[in-house]
Amino acid sequence: MPDTNPELQLEVSDLHAHYGESHILHGMNFAVPKGEVVTLLGRNGAGKTTTMKAIMGIVQKRGGSIRFEGQELVGLPSNRIARLGLAYCPEERGIFSSLNVTENILLPPVVKPGGMSLQDIHGLFPRLKERGYSQGTKLSGGEAQMLAIARILRTGASLLLLDEPTEGLAPLIVQQIGDIIRDLKRRGYTILLVEQNFRFAATVADRHFVVENGVVVDWLPNDQIGQSTEKLKKYLGV
Amino acid sequence: MFELIGIPPQALFGQMLLGLINGAFYAVLSLGLALIFGLLNVINFTHGAQYMLGAYVAWLLLNFLGINYWLALILAPVVVGAFGILLERLMLRKLYHLDHLYGLLLTFGLALIIEGVFRNLYGISGQSYPVPPVLTGGYNLGFMFLPLYRGWVVFFSLVVCLGTWLVIEKTKLGSYLRAGTENPTLVQAFGINVPRMITLTYGFGVGLAALAGVLAAPIYQVKPTMGADMIIVVFAVVVIGGMGSIMGSVVTGFMLGLLEGLTKVFYPEASNTVIFVVMAVVLLIKPAGLFGKAS
Ligand SMILES: Nc1ncnc2c1ncn2[C@@H]1O[C@H](COP(=O)(O)OP(=O)(O)OP(=O)(O)O)[C@@H](O)[C@H]1O
Ligand SMILES: [Mg+2]
Repeated sequence: MPDTNPELQLEVSDLHAHYGESHILHGMNFAVPKGEVVTLLGRNGAGKTTTMKAIMGIVQKRGGSIRFEGQELVGLPSNRIARLGLAYCPEERGIFSSLNVTENILLPPVVKPGGMSLQDIHGLFPRLKERGYSQGTKLSGGEAQMLAIARILRTGASLLLLDEPTEGLAPLIVQQIGDIIRDLKRRGYTILLVEQNFRFAATVADRHFVVENGVVVDWLPNDQIGQSTEKLKKYLGV
Repeated sequence: MFELIGIPPQALFGQMLLGLINGAFYAVLSLGLALIFGLLNVINFTHGAQYMLGAYVAWLLLNFLGINYWLALILAPVVVGAFGILLERLMLRKLYHLDHLYGLLLTFGLALIIEGVFRNLYGISGQSYPVPPVLTGGYNLGFMFLPLYRGWVVFFSLVVCLGTWLVIEKTKLGSYLRAGTENPTLVQAFGINVPRMITLTYGFGVGLAALAGVLAAPIYQVKPTMGADMIIVVFAVVVIGGMGSIMGSVVTGFMLGLLEGLTKVFYPEASNTVIFVVMAVVLLIKPAGLFGKAS
């Protein structure tokens, strides 16, 4: 059995993943220390979402190892993985249109003690309190993104997987999301964040992993992002 | 007033009641179909056979074990529902990743097999099931005679439909079901055991069909073809109401039963086809059904 570092909440080693016949992840290696905000940066189609889905067990065809608090996740169905304390906020947000806002928040079952209460959540997202009875489909893009994040805070999960939470949102909303991510970090959550916008990522994260064609090709701590801007631009093709 | 249009009120209300009773069966059966279709994406063609099984289980319980109607009302849905769970676990489950058509073909085949077995065992003439003693007789309401058992069928079906609707719309379990109907993958990734929820939903939908079968037993003959006769109309109801819409299937079920009854009064020749005419019109004007959401 490999040594597990108790400071690492998530350790991904030699992760492979497939959609049917297509081989998408080719041996991803990275780790997320407890209490940090860590990003996966990469171009469209690099495999960032697939990595999230492989961790959550939504993509079942995977090989290698994913350890959460020392426990192996490869081989477990996604409902069991969620019960261990991981929560997923998908790129397409996944708001349920047949549920109202409050029902959406209350949907994910509590899996561990210590999650936020509905009141805490309303404190952090006052807009969602006002819109409690609105149908899930009647929200603006920003509100829907807030709801998608709010929904996974009640469950007691300690590791949050956020897939491009700023995608397609106005600068002001992006700023708010940044505030929320910093707030969640102060509350002790560990966050794995997928981003294409490294300038935003730099305002919230502790370290960054660069993904290209299904492998991690580089990583850097956040305080080196200033001197690595040119390199990052090349990786991301911007 | 009734004399004006040349129809005695007794006949009018009598047919409306008959229509409501048919409507009650349509509602309970299409409710089960809608639940199953919503979560499993399977068009459950075995539904008619499962309705027939409910009636037969009640009949067998009465004749071989002396178990009365009221217990059968609970036991038959449980037994047939358990049989449904077995089907889901052993067969249906293997087809979810394929096109709808495969589930339809499997359940259609199963319906033929079940019906065939019962034809072999009991012939096609049918058995009669007595009305439970407390529900025999009826009341003269002045404008019409209300047979007690028929009133009970309408009342109890309404209670079952409303109860199911309330559970789906107002409870936590119901919110899992609604969410699971939209995006099962995400619901499972939140920690819900979706495969188990699917199995239980199928069992519950099948149990509803069996419940309708028990309700029907004292009214119609208990016979192997009773489900096949009923299911064609029920599919028309589901199409009219909108595939997968819970409230839609209940309301449409009762309305179409009533419409059928009224057609019997005013233009009896069309009473067997009126539902299919409505179906054709609805399909042309609003293909997703009256209560369905266009996808
Ligand atoms: N369901 C699927 N079936 C087959 N291939 C898929 C599927 N989903 C994604 N892919 C492919 O897998 C590769 C990685 O996709 P993925 O969604 O993980 O990229 P990403 O890094 O999240 O990109 P983006 O920044 O656009 O969200 C892409 O080439 C994509 O076409
Ligand atoms: Mg993506």
